[in-house]
Amino acid sequence: MSQIKVNGKEQTIQELMTLSELLVINNVAEPSMVSIQVNGTFVVREDYDTTKLSENDEVDFLYFMGGGSKLY
Amino acid sequence: MDFTEDQIQRYSRHILLQDVGVEGQEKINNGKVLIVGAGGLGAPIALYLAAAGVGTIGIIDGDVVDLSNLQRQVIHFTPDVNKPKVISAKEKINLLNPDVNVITYQELLTAENALEIIKDYDFVVDGTDNFPVKFLINDACVIAKKPFTHGGILRFEGQTLTYVPGAACYRCLFHSPPPPNAVPTCSQAGVLGAIAGMLGTIQAAEVLKYLTGVGELLTNRLLTFNAKTMDFRTINTKPTHNCPVCSTHPTVTHLVDYEQAVCEIKRK
Repeated sequence: MSQIKVNGKEQTIQELMTLSELLVINNVAEPSMVSIQVNGTFVVREDYDTTKLSENDEVDFLYFMGGGSKLY
Repeated sequence: MDFTEDQIQRYSRHILLQDVGVEGQEKINNGKVLIVGAGGLGAPIALYLAAAGVGTIGIIDGDVVDLSNLQRQVIHFTPDVNKPKVISAKEKINLLNPDVNVITYQELLTAENALEIIKDYDFVVDGTDNFPVKFLINDACVIAKKPFTHGGILRFEGQTLTYVPGAACYRCLFHSPPPPNAVPTCSQAGVLGAIAGMLGTIQAAEVLKYLTGVGELLTNRLLTFNAKTMDFRTINTKPTHNCPVCSTHPTVTHLVDYEQAVCEIKRK
């Protein structure tokens, strides 16, 4: 198991979990509405499947936010 | 500029602030700020900037006031329903502070007019509710080297980032607009009215900090909050080396109008 931080909070994950898998276990319903930063660097969407997480990684999910009256 | 006695009284709580003083208040009175969108965010921003005495406030919005706006767009009142938002906003600003010169644009910000409109302003405020215009504001400000504040709200949450040339831009964080088909369902929209005030006043404070040069701006930091828990968090970021618009080899070199999908509540 690996200990990482997701949006500042400790989370224990299986070793070498990918970003795509992390999105699933965090119940992110719509991955295209999220931008992800790992250790201060943004990861392009195409690399979510191949980006593996390791001990002490810090992951930030940044959600698209508009204005509330329209989602897009 | 020489302040009148009334102005010294009106702005006394700014003038008393050691970091602002007469000099800072003069900078505010000489400031020119463009607010894009006279809605949930634009309303508190316009009111606080007007109260602060920002000399020129431009407001661009093509909509008229709708009854459903009044739950959060505090610059518009019940008798304003069906009135153009920019007119409703200008009337309130004039009543609040006659020192302010209000310039209204009753139209949408587009790829065609954006650079022409923003060129006359010191600072641009994103108070819009949709991603096509958020990306347009970002790209126009990066290209024109104008500082701006990004603001987004949804449900119980808000986020804001301040851009100045050289800092991370909105596209460094959010590469391109989400695909219209990513919108899950209308049931996920909606916003708690007070969230607009919470985020809008943070943006207004950023504008006043920029004009006066006081403090540290929210540059290279995305501030997010969730009102359900009242947790505030700043996420440190940095300019992305391959950012489509602000990097040394940009792929976005001219403005585009992205397609907009709409998720309105249907009236029965």
